[in-house]
Order: sequence, then C-alpha cells, then structure tokens
Amino acid sequence: MSAIRPLHLAAEIGGPPRYDAGSHVALARLAEEGTLDFVTLSDSFARPGPDALAVMARAAPATARIGLVPTVTTTHTEPFHVSSAVATLDWVSKGRAGWHVDVSATEAEARLFGRRPAAPAAALWQEAGEAADAGARLWDSWEDDAEIRDVATGRFIDRDKLHYVDFKGSTFSVRGPAIVPRPPQGRPVTVIDGTTGPAREAAAQHADVVHIRATTPEQAASLRDELLRSAAAHGRDPAGLRVLVALTVDLGDAEAAPEPGLRSGPQLAGRGTYFRGGPVDLAELITRWHGGGAADGFHLTPIAPRRDLERIVNGTVALLQHRSLFRTFYPGGTLREHLGLARPAGRYTRVSSSEGTS
Amino acid sequence: MKQMHLAAHFPGVNSTTVWTDPRSRSQIDFASFEHLARTAERGKFDFFFLAEGLRLREHDGRIHDLDVVGRPESLTVLNALAAVTERLGLAATVNATFNEPYELARRLATLDHLSAGRAAWNVVTSSDAFTGENFRRGGFLDRADRYTRAAEFVSTARKLWDSWTPDGISRPFQHSGQHFEISGEFTVPRPPQGHPVVIQAGDSDEGREFAASAADVIFTRHGTLDAGRAFYADVKARLAKYGRQPGDLKIMPGVTVVIGDTDAEARENAAEIRRQQVSPQNAILALEQVWGRDLSSYDPDGPLPAIDPDPGSSLVQGRVRVADPAAVAARWRELSEAGGLSIRQTVIESTARQSFIGSPETVAAELEKSVAADAADGFILVPHLTPGGLDDFVDRVVPLLQERGVFRSEYTGSTLRSHLGLAEPVWNG
Repeated sequence: MSAIRPLHLAAEIGGPPRYDAGSHVALARLAEEGTLDFVTLSDSFARPGPDALAVMARAAPATARIGLVPTVTTTHTEPFHVSSAVATLDWVSKGRAGWHVDVSATEAEARLFGRRPAAPAAALWQEAGEAADAGARLWDSWEDDAEIRDVATGRFIDRDKLHYVDFKGSTFSVRGPAIVPRPPQGRPVTVIDGTTGPAREAAAQHADVVHIRATTPEQAASLRDELLRSAAAHGRDPAGLRVLVALTVDLGDAEAAPEPGLRSGPQLAGRGTYFRGGPVDLAELITRWHGGGAADGFHLTPIAPRRDLERIVNGTVALLQHRSLFRTFYPGGTLREHLGLARPAGRYTRVSSSEGTS
Repeated sequence: MKQMHLAAHFPGVNSTTVWTDPRSRSQIDFASFEHLARTAERGKFDFFFLAEGLRLREHDGRIHDLDVVGRPESLTVLNALAAVTERLGLAATVNATFNEPYELARRLATLDHLSAGRAAWNVVTSSDAFTGENFRRGGFLDRADRYTRAAEFVSTARKLWDSWTPDGISRPFQHSGQHFEISGEFTVPRPPQGHPVVIQAGDSDEGREFAASAADVIFTRHGTLDAGRAFYADVKARLAKYGRQPGDLKIMPGVTVVIGDTDAEARENAAEIRRQQVSPQNAILALEQVWGRDLSSYDPDGPLPAIDPDPGSSLVQGRVRVADPAAVAARWRELSEAGGLSIRQTVIESTARQSFIGSPETVAAELEKSVAADAADGFILVPHLTPGGLDDFVDRVVPLLQERGVFRSEYTGSTLRSHLGLAEPVWNG
C-alpha cells in the first residue's frame, strides 16, 4: 500500500444562484476547514448566476489556503482577457488560482453576443484548447525575473525577458506579451471536464486536472490510463496530470438510505455520477476507489451545497483523515503544491549551462 | 458649502510613477492594492480607480522599459478589494472596443452585487491596430465609430441591467443597433445601485458630449483655474439637452499633489520628484516622443538636437501621440535657449509639473477654491509612489478639508452613488 498516491479532494460550491459575497465565502471557508485541494464554482451564460471568476476573487482575501477554480468559458470571450483575469486571480490569491475551461454550445448563448453562430462541440473544444494554449503562453511571456528595477540604467524591466507569443489559432490570434507579470504559480491550474470526447482530447493536451465520470473503479482506472497515455502522446509528462472522478453527491437522509452507493438515476446537470448515501458511505467509496488506484481523487458536487458540504467536511473528510488517507493541514501554500504539481519553468526562458537542470 | 469628491488612482504605468524611490513597492502584489484602497477608505474617499492596459507600450519597435511595466486585470482586483474595504467605491477602466456588452455588463453587475453597490466603470474607447493584435476583432476602429460604439455599448449595458425587474424577475432583452445585435436573458439581477456608476475619461468634443449624455463622472485633465471653469461650464451646459441636471455629472480632474511642512519645503519636494520622474533615460525618451527619431546618441545633460522632428514617425506605439511635434519642439528650443537648459532640464521644465504644491493648509485651501469656483466637483488623486503615495494626503490634508466643512467626516451612505450624491437610475424595464 506504500504506492498509494496522495488523495486529492475538491468540491463545487455553486447551487441555486446566489449573488451576495457572504454565502460563497462561507462555503469556501467550510471547504478550507476540510483542507480540500480546491473549490470550483460553475458558470454559464445560459443560466442565472454571477460571474464565477469575480466570486472567487472576492473569496480570495477571505480565505488563506484553499484553491479557487471558477469556470471560465472560451467560446464568446477573449483569450487575452481570460488569461489576464486568471493570472490576476492567481496574484490576488497568492498562488491559489485555477480555471475550469468550458465552452458555450447553444444558439441561445450565441445570440447573447451576436458575433457568430453556435458551432459543433469538436470546433468549440479545439478553440478551447487553443485558448488554454495561448493563455499558458501569455503566462510564460514574462520570465520570472523580468522585473529588474535597475536604477543605474533607468530600466524597470529587462525587455529581453518579455516575449511575444504570436499565437495563431483557428479562430483568433494573440500577439502578446501579457499585461500581467507571470503569476505566482507560473501557470495557474487548468481543469477540464473530460467526459465528452472532444473535451477529453483538449484535456489530454492542456489540463493539469481532468474530471472524469465513471460508475465503477475499473472504468475510472481505464479512463485514467487512456488520459495519461494520450497526454504522453502529446509529449507531456503523465505525472503532471491529476485525474479526479466527478460525483454528484446527495448526503441527505443518510441514515434512511436503504442502499447507499452509486445510482444510474438522476444525472444532475451533467456533473458526474450520482451518489446517494451517508458521509461514511462516501468515505468508504473514496477509500476503495482510490486505494485500488482508480483515480487521484474526487470532485464532489453537493446536491444541497450548505448541508452536504458540511457533511462532507465533518463526516467524510474527518473519517479519511482519521484513516490517514487525507491531509489534516495544508503543508503548502499554492494550489499546485496541494496537487503535488511542480511550478512549471517558463517556456521562453533560456536556460544557461550553469543553471541547467536535468 | 459645496462638497468635494475625492478618488484615488492607483499609480500608473507611466513616468509619473517613481519606481526608483526606496519606498516604492510592487505594482502587482495584492498587498499594494490593499494598502492604497484602505488608505483611501480611511480618508473617506468616494472611490478607488484602476486604469487599464491591453498591450505593453513600445518605443522604436521594442517594449518600453523605463517606466513601471505590468498590471493586473482591473475587475478581478476590484472584486478582491471588495473583501477588504466596506464603503469605498471601486472603479475599473474597461475598453468598450475590445469587449462585448453582454459579458462586460455581467461582470460589472457582479462587482456591484459582490461589493453591495460600489461598482463603477470608466468607459474608454482608445483603439488601434496595435492593441487590436491581442484581440479577436483585431484591426482599427475609426475615430468617429469609437464613440458611437461606446454610446451604443453603454445604452445596451443599461438595457441589460434593467432586464430584471427591481423585485427580481428576469425578463428577455433584445437590442438591435449599428454595432450590436443581441437578445436573450441576462444572468444577473438588477445591480444594487440600479446601474454601476459610469465614468468617462477624455476632453475632446465627442468625449464631452458622450459624458453629458451618458456618464455620471467625467475624469478630465487638470489645467489652470480659468481653463477648469471654462471646461466645467461647457460640460454642465450640455446636460440640459439630455434632460439632466448640473449635479447629475461630476467633474473630477486628475491631479498630483505634493505637500511639505512649509510651502518652500513642498516646492523642494516637488522639484526632487520631477528629477526622479525625468531620469536621464526618460529625458531622451521624452525627446524622442516629440522628435519621432532615435536620439539615443544625445547627452541628456547637453543641448537639444539641431534637427527637426519627423512628422510621419511611428516610433511610439501604445500611447497617445504628440499632436503637433514641430510646435512642441519649437517651444522646447525656445525654453532651452532662453534659460541655457540641458535636454533633461528642458524636459523637466516643459512637461507637467504637479497640480497642487504646498503645505497641507495651502493645498487644502487651493482644492477648496477650485471646487468653490466651479472648476471641479472634486479630484482624482494620482500618487507618484506605490503604495504609500496617498498616506500624507490622507493624514494631513483630508482632516483640514473636513475642518473646512468641504469634505465628509464619515460616509453617510453605503453605495458609491450615495457618496457621489447621484440618484439611482429609474428602472426602465
């Protein structure tokens, strides 16, 4: 059992739309008490709700350690603005930002912008992958030590350490460099729900964290293997990928549930397999799946956020901690550290021979 | 007594901001934003103001490296600042050319909700092919179209903010115009302020007219008392045709303030800051911006070049061009010859000195005079240091303004509109 990978847990804090800061901050803090890796907040132009990245920025000074991962869509937005906003979330949270990449697929969303008609999923996910790629290049476009403040020469930056990205995608191009200096994590964490084929392809190329949907540990393990192989085929180190099983969880009436476990039943907003049972049942499932190597962790979407997140933190997480399967405090400060992901070197940085790393 | 409004501008990406001073701190760490915002709130300021950058400035085809470079995305920082302030208004500069009404109206409405009614939007329209290279639409928007797009953008945003009824029912919207053709449902209820406060920056005739028709605040250039009074009268006179009252649009020039224990000490401080702002390298750069030529071989402590400016130069990108380079060059030569001034001394003498220089008493009196004379409704203070550049003003000048009865001692309302004395817009559903 020494080969068990660290367990990673994340939770969605959205639900019925709320527009005040307090309710979101309270849920993020609750998740932080449970030392979860990160919280997500879903977002769409297609249904009521506030701008998720703004909510996470509002929560950043009110929390200290937990990762903050808003959904950000790439279909009707500007890749340059998206990259700047996520980088800024990383600055205001001191290295706790991620973004959950999503697309806007409907005609109704296209009409809100009036710039172009709806497109097939394959085209949308190709563009989403390009937006993630362009965004990551913009994050790298400032080398970490570009700011020199050299009074003798009057130079604030070493402009040789700022780089044009000259990205040309199928639907947009970006010249760069970024307006925002390289964020604390180097690159904020990119999360993609790889449930559908086109999204899985983008995830294998660009995601640090991939959410998958599975009803058995075998299915999860096989999806994970496929993702790692695909990432490797794209020239990536598979060790830089975390695969989380997405579960929609209903911990209400826990004691009354006759058969705790997974249901093929109601698929709630497409957010993963439906689990119904008590907090202990959920801990059992997590222990079994994770112990068997099926996944690196779980992304949990509570059906009733306030009630279920409290049960997850005080019940499920407490039990996992008791079994020494989950951290009891945050040893690191950034989301990458929570996830065990290295801070990436900038791709434009010329490594001199004396500083070369293996 | 006419009340004054005050706003704090985070130090900009330009040569006003002195980064060589040992007290200068990060332009990007959240702690710097928090310090300045908390200082402004301690001083009971109306709002905190962030400028925007969409492309790093270039000079002679290379990224400009002498000033502070790099800044965060405004709305994201303001949402975070909403967590560490309670009353201070939060104003973001966001370009109307490189954004779309639906998304931006939503982001502004969200900031207004998350800050409980403290959001403001400074509408800018600057657009050129250079900046466009970072965006989907690319290219150039004609100067005339810039303002029609901005006007249609603002009216469309207002339509979206009004698309939910005040009691929280979402209703479909539809807009069909020259620049935007959109329909559907907005995802955010009507903002706490009804509409976030709209600011317009720019002194051109089109800018004034746009402000008179659509803005709550105009962020203008500071000049002489007479120039300020003329501008104020002109803009206020334009309001009636839009059915608006003089108090519906606040005129707030951007100003720099230097204080000292005495007027004489303040003048010395001001001169020292000017020397910091115009480094030898910046002096040559300022010269190149006028001449449109590579003048790097000239000695900043030597005389001005004998050659004339290049009128067709594309040396400078991403900042406002000098309108009439030949005239400016002639004026600088005259100044240099009359006083025997070097390049650096000429630049120091001829580029903007600070707006208000003096002891706290002198500065307070001058600010009050400017407002009482109807040259302004208040001021947007632009400090030269990050993040402590407003500390002295808040500690030493604000109490005097309060004693004089021209500035609030406490916030009386919770929204930015209430600070500015602006009515909530009537719901137009």
